[in-house]
Amino acid sequence: MAEPVLDIRDLRKTFGALKATDGVSLDLRPGEIHALIGPNGAGKSTLIHQIAGTLKPDAGEVRFLGQTVNQLGVAERARMGLGRSFQVSSLATEFSALRNVMLAVQSKQGSSFRFFKPVMRDKSLTEPAMAALERVGLKDRAHVPAAELSHGERRQLEIAIALALDSKAFLLDEPMAGMGPEGSRQLTGFLDGLRHEAPILLVEHDMDAVFALADRISVLVYGRIIASGSVDDIRNNPEVRRAYLGDME
Amino acid sequence: MQTALFIEQLLNGLQLGVMLFLMAAGLTLIFGVMGLINLAHGSLYMVGAFACAIVAAQTGSFWLGLVASLAAAAAAGAIIEILVIRRLYQRDHLDQVLATFALILIFSEGTRWLFGSFPLYLDIPPLLQGTVPLPGGSRYQLYRLAIIGVGALVAIGLYLLITRTRLGMRIRAGESDREMIGALGVDIRTLYTVVFALGAALAGLAGAMVGALQSVQVGMGEPALILAFVVIVIGGIGSIKGALVGALLVGVVDTMGRFLLPQLFGLFMNASQAGIVGGALASMLIYIVMAVVLAVRPQGLFPAAKG
Amino acid sequence: MSLSRENWISLALLALLLAIPYAAINFGNPFYVTLATRMAILGLAAVGLNVALGLGGLVSFGHAAFFGVGGYIAGIMASHAMSMQPLNFGLFALPASNQMLAIWIVAMLVAGVLAAAIGAISLRTSGVYFIMITLAFAQMTFYFAISWPAYGGEDGLSILVRNQFPGVNTMVPINYFLICFGVLVVALILFALIKNSRFGAALQAARQNEVRVASVGIAPFRIRLVAFIVSGMITALAGALYADLNRFVSPSMLSWHMSGELIVLIILGGVGRLAGPLAGAMLFVMFEFLLGGLTERWQFFLGLLLLGVVLFARGGLIGLVAGRQRHG
Repeated sequence: MAEPVLDIRDLRKTFGALKATDGVSLDLRPGEIHALIGPNGAGKSTLIHQIAGTLKPDAGEVRFLGQTVNQLGVAERARMGLGRSFQVSSLATEFSALRNVMLAVQSKQGSSFRFFKPVMRDKSLTEPAMAALERVGLKDRAHVPAAELSHGERRQLEIAIALALDSKAFLLDEPMAGMGPEGSRQLTGFLDGLRHEAPILLVEHDMDAVFALADRISVLVYGRIIASGSVDDIRNNPEVRRAYLGDME
Repeated sequence: MQTALFIEQLLNGLQLGVMLFLMAAGLTLIFGVMGLINLAHGSLYMVGAFACAIVAAQTGSFWLGLVASLAAAAAAGAIIEILVIRRLYQRDHLDQVLATFALILIFSEGTRWLFGSFPLYLDIPPLLQGTVPLPGGSRYQLYRLAIIGVGALVAIGLYLLITRTRLGMRIRAGESDREMIGALGVDIRTLYTVVFALGAALAGLAGAMVGALQSVQVGMGEPALILAFVVIVIGGIGSIKGALVGALLVGVVDTMGRFLLPQLFGLFMNASQAGIVGGALASMLIYIVMAVVLAVRPQGLFPAAKG
Repeated sequence: MSLSRENWISLALLALLLAIPYAAINFGNPFYVTLATRMAILGLAAVGLNVALGLGGLVSFGHAAFFGVGGYIAGIMASHAMSMQPLNFGLFALPASNQMLAIWIVAMLVAGVLAAAIGAISLRTSGVYFIMITLAFAQMTFYFAISWPAYGGEDGLSILVRNQFPGVNTMVPINYFLICFGVLVVALILFALIKNSRFGAALQAARQNEVRVASVGIAPFRIRLVAFIVSGMITALAGALYADLNRFVSPSMLSWHMSGELIVLIILGGVGRLAGPLAGAMLFVMFEFLLGGLTERWQFFLGLLLLGVVLFARGGLIGLVAGRQRHG
């Protein structure tokens, strides 16, 4: 079996008496979509924050591309190729869609300490950024400020940014949230192909999308992974049905 | 003699600290509850001092002046809250800084317009004019001791107000969750005006008490304001306890620095040089303390629950 | 190459500023030359602050520290050059110079080091903390200047003869105006370049959304620190020019009031706009002059005006003329 791209080992984080992450281990292997599901308050966001680097775990290890990244900040992990979309979209709202993506291109190219060359006339920035927008279907909206994009378009833009970073792994936090059925269907098709470029750790509430996309599913409840396996395993796991799926059917 | 001087300076430091606490408590309360940075807090301090000086001069009673200072500062606070400040709660900090900077200009020039540029003088009330003996043989001004006492009373009063009363409960609720307090049916606009007026009254009280030690003049508020900023940065913005600890720390460090540093440098350079170097360093000491605290704890000594 | 409306406004403002002293001389009123020079210098100081405040969203309430340090460097170098005493740094000594070019470089270097120190501490925080801390550190330089008697202490320091510029008699007001004007133009070009550069993109994005910038792999702290240093250096250059204009430097250049005024200049003009600081400075100096001629209490009305702008006209003057700003 191939070496995992992202490998989380026995991660622990408590807030006061609350064990938000209680010994979580999971990995992400090349070419797969690993879905992380669980009821609200299960600790999914806390886990994502620790993987991305915004929160420091109390114990355990986050390994990315074969090295431990516990000591690295958000920016350093992103530079290594950890691409991310947010539960509530997080963009430079005054900037156009294009400039949001260009920021990722500029980061990937190396230094942001260049003071004189105008970015809008720099084809090495605009062309890759435009290409990323085209892939997510936002080319026509490239010059619209992010603040004026629709909810679904902002979701697409976040994915375009992650694409432009040439990510080695994607961390997508509820990318379907708030999208219409048509948008969800398109995005599902897109993510289906994306896994071959880089594996995806997908946090999602839309069970249709999860069952359609996931190679593996892990179920997080009260900070613990109670089950992990294929789609069928999870569908038929009685504990999962009781803890989580039961109230959805 | 040295011991007596030392104790005297220590008390002076406490007295400065108490005065800073009165300023900082209002600032930090207003920030904690409304999320507002108020540069014009120094103007309210000045309003208190002027009100006290004028009423004391007219009536001959410092105590009436003191009442007037509380009333005038609270009224001025309530008026600017209703006219200006409440439009700023939803704005960013830059707008808050600018609007309250504009208020400083208006207050300062307005005061100069009304009362002229000459300082007013405020006498220490006869009851507190004496001195008390200190261990070591020297004597200490009773009035300064009284300031320390007032500060202690205010600290206890604020503690009781916040932990034991309905108003305090609402203030705590407002600090932790602004929406919840609206849902509780509390009239949030009135609450904000009351909190602002309370903070203003504390600043006015500080201004009036210090007015009897120094002269009462336009511009007296800003140095106190900036020291109060240092206090709440050290203590942690939004924390009354932090304001108290920070104020006493700043008051004592500043006073003792000015007293001890020139002597310290005097051990290895001549007296006049030591006075210069020690004095210059002492003038920067509290800012250095602030930098050190920030380097270790960027959120201050007692960070409030929310950012 | 087509110019945006905003760039046209900048050019028009510069042309207007350039015209003032010549018109003044023609109408036999050379005092206005000094007024125009003040506009140019305060505009330059505000251009500097605009890098941190406008582009980076860093509300520094302590830029008077850099303005004053620039002024003191000009004063100290001039006084040492006058008395032929080298500048003694303890470990080494440098010959003092009364050449403006040398003074400007020293002023910017010293301010750059100071900005790096203040920035490294204050940029670990944000929001109100940042405002209060920058204010406090500026106040520290103010008290230091007052308590250090070697360079005048509270009384300040006079520059007997204005410092020199190669091939120009700087004591002729129009010549000195042109020097300041030239520096302002260079700074405006620099600002426009930075704004549109990769660095500017990262800096402006960090103002809009810090998390986004970090999650594409750019650490906001380093970007902001460099911006703060560049900002302080430009403002220090303005301070050096200001000291030479007045041939006097005093602790008032370091006061919190000065810091507030610099922010006010930008707000009157329009935050983050290329021409904002210049428009604000011209408006401010004109306001001060006209209203100051009518009433001693002009700052009262300045306060009312400022309150009106903050509460009701947030785009500033340039915002009223050029409309909302858009990014590519």
